Amino acid sequence: MTDRTGPLLQVERLNTSFETRAGTVRSVRDVSFEVGRGEVVGIVGESGSGKSVTGLSILGLIERPGRIVSGAIRFDGEDLVGMSEARMRRMRGARIAMVFQNPMMTLNPVQKIGAQIAEALTEHARLPAREVRARCIRALEAVGIPSPEARMEAYPHEFSGGMRQRIVIAAALVTEPDLIIADEPTTALDVTIQAQIIHQMRRLIDETGAGLIWISHDLATLSELADRIVVMYAGTVVETGTTAEIIGAPRHPYTRQLLASVPSANAPGRPLRQIPGMMPSLLDIGDGCPFASRCERRTEGCARPVPPAVLSETRTVRCLNLPEDRP
Amino acid sequence: MTSVPMIAAHELSKVFPLERGLWSALSRKLSGRPPRRVQAVDRVSFEVAPGETVGIVGESGCGKSTLAKMLAGLSGTNGGELLLRGRPLAEVMSDPRQALKVQMIFQDPQSSLNARMKVVDIVGEAPVVHGLIPRAEKEARVRAMLERVGLGPEALHRYPHQFSGGQRQRIGIARALAVEPELLICDESVAALDVSVQAQIINLLMELRRDLGLTMLFISHDLSVIRHICDRVIVMYLGRAVEIAPTDALFADPRHPYTRMLLAGMPRISTERRAFLEVAGEIPSPLAPPAGCHFHPRCQFRTEECLAQRPPLDPVDARRSAACLRWREIG
Repeated sequence: MTDRTGPLLQVERLNTSFETRAGTVRSVRDVSFEVGRGEVVGIVGESGSGKSVTGLSILGLIERPGRIVSGAIRFDGEDLVGMSEARMRRMRGARIAMVFQNPMMTLNPVQKIGAQIAEALTEHARLPAREVRARCIRALEAVGIPSPEARMEAYPHEFSGGMRQRIVIAAALVTEPDLIIADEPTTALDVTIQAQIIHQMRRLIDETGAGLIWISHDLATLSELADRIVVMYAGTVVETGTTAEIIGAPRHPYTRQLLASVPSANAPGRPLRQIPGMMPSLLDIGDGCPFASRCERRTEGCARPVPPAVLSETRTVRCLNLPEDRP
Repeated sequence: MTSVPMIAAHELSKVFPLERGLWSALSRKLSGRPPRRVQAVDRVSFEVAPGETVGIVGESGCGKSTLAKMLAGLSGTNGGELLLRGRPLAEVMSDPRQALKVQMIFQDPQSSLNARMKVVDIVGEAPVVHGLIPRAEKEARVRAMLERVGLGPEALHRYPHQFSGGQRQRIGIARALAVEPELLICDESVAALDVSVQAQIINLLMELRRDLGLTMLFISHDLSVIRHICDRVIVMYLGRAVEIAPTDALFADPRHPYTRMLLAGMPRISTERRAFLEVAGEIPSPLAPPAGCHFHPRCQFRTEECLAQRPPLDPVDARRSAACLRWREIG
């Protein structure tokens, strides 16, 4: 069943919408990207960019009033869109794992952490108790929990925030998934703890060959971790490329302005370059370029759908009026 | 600093008891053990000159938010001295008109604005109640404040939920400015905002500081934001100030091992995958801070001495100081 030649995950022209009383919110529009084995793909975007909804769509966790309107999500050659809930549940337990921002919402406060990690294993397979225990301890070790054997008996409140997030990651890893989707997993953590977890995540991906989708608003963290970056804005992918391409030579006007607006790209004490205006509402948003209203390069054509232009093997950009190669 | 400092804190401390109520008091009496408590802020001393922007940076549990609350008069002190323009802060705060001189801008504009009040009342009520302006001038004052923070007059009669996060933060800033403060305390005020919105709010704060001559205390865990807008920085670790330095000197040549670790862990935008250095250890619990220098269990420079004594905040040069016994060898 496993096809080792193609990409691990192929998202193709995904559209996910939410029906509300005010109208249809088109959260994800025509989103395509791929994730290879052993690859870390970062999805970066601001609130309302559709990055989290993209992750939830892959996990099959879009619930009414939301739905996947069209598109394909091929995981190991098999389309996840339209898969039965029972099969999708097995998929999530065994082969696709998730890590969310707040570990206290993921962990059960009244259950020992050993039992919680074991649950991921025993839910989908019958394994001898001794092996379950050994694998749990290995997973805790892999994420850097000291004396894992003793810590199996502890409750979530006995750990610090950083340690709890490690436990959630251990629970995600214990089934040896092929794909991990992490949504802002270190955003709530302190700088030094964040650096530790990112370091460990990178090592684990390199060792296990799993694919990792790291969803974040933080360009700096992504630039240090990801192999490739997908930039999202108002529900669409505006640009994809290798990390070196996106950070070193951004082409889409939004990516360029976003990178130019972070404090470290500006001289201390000087006004930051800022993007004028606001992200448009996703309610009944049209098919034109969503960035057009804030873009200094816009022309009349931007009101019509803008197809992604393939610039190279690794790079696509969705812009009619591409600026020069170098900013 | 020849003029009277805006803030002068000397050995400022804050202790929170962990056991309250009759039962725990009784059981403690019977067992004879000492009461459990957290030293959230532990003898911190610093000054802030009028017009200066000082950053307070540190990780969870370092006491930065407690310190901010004490400076805003929202929390009492348990020791030390805190002067605002040379007068004890408690005395200043007992006069409502004077207390307005210190204003705070919070992290989450959603929860710090009254959801049932219109913007005109959120921003305009305090100056009217405290007699800064007659009620008849309220709307004009609010209009002017909104313009100042980049919002149009259509915002006047709307409720907080009708605005985006960035706009709500602008309303929070307008509310603070409406009472003509001298000192603005920003507690993680841009942390919850998106990058492009964050840039807008940082620019606004820098503009206001320049135009109104505000003194600012900027509390943040985000070193890149601190670096951008602060003149000086106070680095805190488990309740203590471990390094105080002008911003450029701190980032160019950190002297405390903790500052070095913090700067090394700071994510940077780069085109290359980073070789992360292994950051040693976790932040210890503030309930049981390590003896001597609180940082010693994570410190690669520690000696026997560091386990035994609290390092004093030593002057490194005229403008900076570090609380490390070995700062001369570091940097």
